[in-house]
Amino acid sequence: MSRMIRGGRMSRNETSGDRRSLPEARLPRGQILRRLWRYLGRNRALLLLAMLLTFLSSSVGLIGPRLSGLAIDAIGLGRGQADIPLVLRYTGLMAGTYLLASGLSYALSRVTLRMTRNIIYRMRKDVFDKLVHLPVNFFDRYQAGEIISVVSYDIDTVNESLSSDFLQIIQSVVTVLVSVGMMLYIKPVLTLVFVVTVPLSAVYTRWITGRTRPLFRRRSRKLGELNGLMEEMMSGKKTTRAYGREARVLEAFDLKNEEAVEAYTTSEYYGTMIGPSVGFINNISLAAISVFGALLFLRGQVGLGDISSFVQYSRRFSGPINELAAIIGELQSAFSAAERVFRLIDAAPEKPDAPDAHTLEEVSGDVRAQHVHFSYLPGVPVIRDFSMHARPGALIAIAGPTGAGKTTLVNLLMRFYDIDQGSITVDGRDIYGLTRSSLRAAYTMVLQDSWLFYGTIFDNIAYARPEATREEVERAAKAAMIHSFITKLPLGYDTIIGDDGVNISKGQMQLITIARAMLSDARMLILDEATSNVDTRTERRIQQAMRQLMAGRTAFVIAHRLSTIKNADTILVVRDGNIVEQGRHEELMAQGGYYTSLYRAQFETY
Amino acid sequence: MRTVLSYLKPHRLVLAWTLLVKFLGAMMDLFIPFILAIILDDIVPRKQPRLIFLWGGGMALCALLSVTFNIYANRTAAITSGKVTRKLRHDLFAKMGELSMAQFDRLSLSSAVSRLTTDTYNINQFLNRTQRLGVRAPILLIGGLILTSVLDIRLTLVLALAMPVIALIVYVVTKKSVPLYDRQQTVLDRMVRVLQENIVGVRVIKALSKTAYEQQRFDGVNAELAEVARRAGSVVAASNPLSSLTLNLGLTGVVLAGAFLVNRGLSRPGSIIAFLNYFTIISNAMLGITRIFIMASKGIASARRIEEVLDILPDASADAAPPLMDSPWHISFENVSFSYKGVEDNLTGIDFRLRQGQTLGIIGATGSGKTTLVNLLLNLYEPTGGLIRVDGRDIRGIAPEALAAQTGVAFQNDFIMAASIRDNIAYFREFTDDQLEEAARAAQAWEFIREREGGLDHEVESRGNNLSGGQKQRLLIARALAGNPRLLILDDASSALDYRTDAALRRALSEKHADTTAVIIAQRVSSIKGADLILVLEEGRAIGQGTHEQLMRDCPVYREIAQVQMGAEQGYIGGADSLRGVAQ
Repeated sequence: MSRMIRGGRMSRNETSGDRRSLPEARLPRGQILRRLWRYLGRNRALLLLAMLLTFLSSSVGLIGPRLSGLAIDAIGLGRGQADIPLVLRYTGLMAGTYLLASGLSYALSRVTLRMTRNIIYRMRKDVFDKLVHLPVNFFDRYQAGEIISVVSYDIDTVNESLSSDFLQIIQSVVTVLVSVGMMLYIKPVLTLVFVVTVPLSAVYTRWITGRTRPLFRRRSRKLGELNGLMEEMMSGKKTTRAYGREARVLEAFDLKNEEAVEAYTTSEYYGTMIGPSVGFINNISLAAISVFGALLFLRGQVGLGDISSFVQYSRRFSGPINELAAIIGELQSAFSAAERVFRLIDAAPEKPDAPDAHTLEEVSGDVRAQHVHFSYLPGVPVIRDFSMHARPGALIAIAGPTGAGKTTLVNLLMRFYDIDQGSITVDGRDIYGLTRSSLRAAYTMVLQDSWLFYGTIFDNIAYARPEATREEVERAAKAAMIHSFITKLPLGYDTIIGDDGVNISKGQMQLITIARAMLSDARMLILDEATSNVDTRTERRIQQAMRQLMAGRTAFVIAHRLSTIKNADTILVVRDGNIVEQGRHEELMAQGGYYTSLYRAQFETY
Repeated sequence: MRTVLSYLKPHRLVLAWTLLVKFLGAMMDLFIPFILAIILDDIVPRKQPRLIFLWGGGMALCALLSVTFNIYANRTAAITSGKVTRKLRHDLFAKMGELSMAQFDRLSLSSAVSRLTTDTYNINQFLNRTQRLGVRAPILLIGGLILTSVLDIRLTLVLALAMPVIALIVYVVTKKSVPLYDRQQTVLDRMVRVLQENIVGVRVIKALSKTAYEQQRFDGVNAELAEVARRAGSVVAASNPLSSLTLNLGLTGVVLAGAFLVNRGLSRPGSIIAFLNYFTIISNAMLGITRIFIMASKGIASARRIEEVLDILPDASADAAPPLMDSPWHISFENVSFSYKGVEDNLTGIDFRLRQGQTLGIIGATGSGKTTLVNLLLNLYEPTGGLIRVDGRDIRGIAPEALAAQTGVAFQNDFIMAASIRDNIAYFREFTDDQLEEAARAAQAWEFIREREGGLDHEVESRGNNLSGGQKQRLLIARALAGNPRLLILDDASSALDYRTDAALRRALSEKHADTTAVIIAQRVSSIKGADLILVLEEGRAIGQGTHEQLMRDCPVYREIAQVQMGAEQGYIGGADSLRGVAQ
C-alpha cells in the first residue's frame, strides 16, 4: 500500500490521525525556547526593527482615540460653539496618525515576512543538512511521511508562531500599557471598573478553557480515528468490492462518523461560549463606564471628549486580553512542533571518520570477514561468528527466502551499519580504519528498487560522475542495453524522468541504474537481482547487462536466480536473518541441510 | 458549490433562524453605543442620575441578551454544520464505495483519501465559522447602518462610503494572492519530492558520496519556497492595514462632518461618540476577515473537490448476453480483451474454460496482464471485448453480491487493517471461531496465530506492520478461504512463503478444497506446476496455454522461465523425481 504524503495544508492538530513515532525523548521547555531564540537571534537586525515597528505602530495607532476626544471637546455641546480651525487641526492629525500607523504596520508585516523567510529557510536547511548525515538505520526505522511532515508542516507551524505570536505579544503589551496609561491619565476613577471586570474575565477564561480542553482533545482523537478508518478503507476498496462488503463497511464508518461529529459538536458547544461571554464582560464594563462617566459629566468633572476617548481605549484594551487565550493555544502547538523539529535535528549522526582514517585507493577487491558478530537490536544477534573470504573478481551469492535479511550483509560491507565484533577488511585494511567515502566509492551497486530522481536521463546516469561526457554516458547506456530505447524517446537523453507521459517500465528503470553503475570504475559490486520477471526480452537484457557489470569485479549478489547461485564461488544461505550455511552449490547440496530443502521445495508438485 | 449547498437546503429554516438570532445578538451589541449616545445627548441635560442608572441598566440588559443570543446561535450553528458534515461525509464515503474500480483509479487513492479527510473537515470548519464569524462583520455593518441612520442619516453616508472601498480591497487582495498561493503549493510539492527522493535513495546517495550535491539541490528549492511564501504573504499583509486605514479615515471624516453639523445644530456630540464606537466595533470584526477569506476559499475549493466525486455518474454497463444455463464450465473467458485507458489493449484475445474444481495457473512478467485478468474475473472492470461467463451466465448479468459470495480472493499486497486477526480474516462477514481456525489451518496461518498473544484476538497494526511478509500473505489466504469459496483467486499471494510452506499450502488446498475452482498467479513455476491449465502471458496475450508438460515441450518462453528459475544447464524436463536423482 502506498504511503502517501498529504497534499494541501492541514489544520495544525485536528486532521492528523497518524501516529508519529519519531524519537520520543522530551525536551525541556527552557531548551526549546533557547534554541528558538537562537534562530530569532540570527536575524537580530530585523528582529530589532520589527520590535521597534511594532512598538511604533501600536502606539501611533493609540493616539487616535485621544485626538478624536480632543476634537469632540473642540466641537462643543451645541450650535455655534465649535472651534472649527481646532477641529480641523485635530482631524488632520488623526488622519496623519492613522496613515502613519497603517504605513508602519505594513512595513512591520514586510519586515516580519522577511524574517520568517530567513528563519524558515535556515530551519529547513539545518534539518536537511542533518538528515543527509543520519545513518541509514534512521531511515529504516522511521516512515518517510513522518520526516516529511516535520520538514513541511511542523516548521511552518513553528514559524507562524515565532513571527506572528511573538510580535502579537509585544503589540498586546504595548496596547494594554498605553491604553491603561491613557485611561489613568484621563480619569483614574473610571479605571476602577476594570479592577472588577478584568480579573473576572481572566478567571472565567481559565475556568472555561480548563473545562473545554479535554473536550477538544477528545474531538482530535475521534477525528483521528475517523480519518484513520477512511484512509484504511479506501486503500482496501478493491478487497471490499471483491468480497461485496460495502454495506457493512459503511455501517462501521457511520459509527465512527457519528462519534466524530458528536465530539465536534460537544466541544463547539462549550468552546463557542468563550467569545460571547468575554464580549459580555466587556459590554458590562462599557455600561458601567458609560453610567459613571455620565454621572461625572453631570457633575462637570469630566468632558465629553474624555468619555469618548475613555470608551474607545477600553475597547482597545480588552481586545488583546481576549486574544491572549488564543495565542497561548497556538504557542502550545508551536512548542510541540518545535520539539519534533529539534528532536529530528538531535538524532545521532553517523560517527565521524577516525582522524587518522586511511583513504582507500587502487582497490583490488579482496574482501575478508572474520568472526563477525552483528545485531540490529542489542541482545538479538543477527549474525554470529561469520567468516568469509572473497578474492578479487569472485562471485558471492546471498540466497534465502524473501524477508530473511539478505540485505544485512550489504549493510555491513558498505558500513551502513557497524558490526559489533570481529573484523571486515578490504585489501587487508580494516574498513573501520578507512574513510567512509573512500570505502563506499570502492563499491558500485544496483538495487532492486531502482532509485531514479526527478531529472533528465543523462543526469540520472551521470549521477555519480557529473563530469562524465556525453560519449561516456552513451557508452555506459549501450553496455546496459538501454541506449537504443533512450534514443527512441522524443527528447532522448534529455527526457525528464518522473514527468507524466513518459512511460518508462520497471525493467528500463533498472537498466538505467545499471548504466549508472557501469560509469563507475569501482572494483567491487553489490547487486540485488530483481525478483519480478520483467518481460522476457528485457529480462534477458538485464541479465546480460548484469553479467557485463560483474566482469572483473568482486561481486556480492543477492541472488534470486538459480543460475547465479550455481555459478557462485561462495553461496551464503540466509535464514531468519542468520547466515546458516555457506559453500559452493555442490557442497551445500551434499550437506543435505536447509539449502537443499529450499532448493528441492521448488520442484515439488501439488 | 451547488451540490454542497443543496445539503444545506433541508436546514434552511434553522439556518435562517440562526442568522436571525445572530442578527439580534449583533443588534444588541450595537444598541450599547446607541444608548450611550442617548445618555449623553438626552439624559444628562435632564440632570437626573436615576435615569442614567436606568439607561445603564438598559445597556446591561442588552449585554445580557447579546451573550444569550450569540451563544444560542453559535450552538445552533455547530449542530447544523455537524449534521450537514455527517451527511456529506456519509454520502461521499458511500459514493466512494459505489465507484467502479476504473472510476476509482482515475480518482487515485490519495486524492480519494484527502477528499474524505481534509476536504470534509474544511467544509465543516467553513460552515461553522461562516455562520459564527463570517456573517458577523456584514451584520455589524448593516446593523450599524440601520442604527446610525436613526441617529443621523448624514453621518451614515460616511460609513456607507467606506463599504465599497473595503469590498474592493478584499477583492483585489484575494485575486492577487490566489495565484501566488498556488505557486507556493507547487514549489512545496517540489521540496517534498526532493525530500522523498533523499529518504528513499539514502543508500545510493551515501554509496555515491553525493551528500553535498543533494544538500545543494535541496538548498535551491528551499530558498525558492521561502521566497515565494514571502511574496504571497506580502500581498495578503496589505489587506489589514488598508482596511483599517479606510475605516479610520472614515472615522476621521465622521468627526469632521460631525463638527460642521453640530455647529449648525443639525447633530449632537453624543451621536459622534456613538459613530466612533461603531467604527471601532466594525474594525474589530474586520480584523478577522482575511482569515475568514482564506478559510472560505479553502472551503469552496474543498466543496468543488467533493462535488467532483458526488457528481460522477455510474459507468454505463453493456447489456448482458442472454443466460446460457447448464454450462459444463464454471468459468469461461471467450476471446476477452481489455484496455484500462482505451489506448492500447492490456489484454488481448484471452480464451479458456475451467470446470468446477479445476486449477488455472497464470505466469508472466510484471505488466503482462495477470492481475488485469483477475480484475476482469471479479467483474471489477468490464471487458472491452469478448465475454466472461460464470456457470454459463454473462458475468455482467450476475449481481455483484452473488458473485462476491462465492469468491475468495487474496490480491498481491492485499489490504490488512488495524484490527484483530479475527476481524481481518472475517472481513466484515460472520464466521464461527471453528470456521476461522479451519481456514487459518489450511492457509498455514494457524501456527503463528496461536503463538500470538490473544490468538485470534491479537491486534494487527495498520498495514500489518507487526506481521512478517509471509504471515501477512497467510492471513490473506485465510481470509480468502474462510467463506469456503467455490472460486478461489490467489494473485501472487504466496511469494513471501518459503518453498516448504508454499508446498504445504498447495497440499492443503488440494485436500481440503478439492471442489474449489482456483486461479493462481505466481512468479514461481513451482507454485503452478500442478495446475490443470497454465496460461503464459506476455504483453497481454496468452503465448502459451496448456499443462506444465505441454508447455515445457511447446512454449519456449515458459521453458525459458522454468530454466532461468531452476538452473540453465539442467536440461530439465520432468517432475521432482528426476531432480532428486540429480541432487543425490
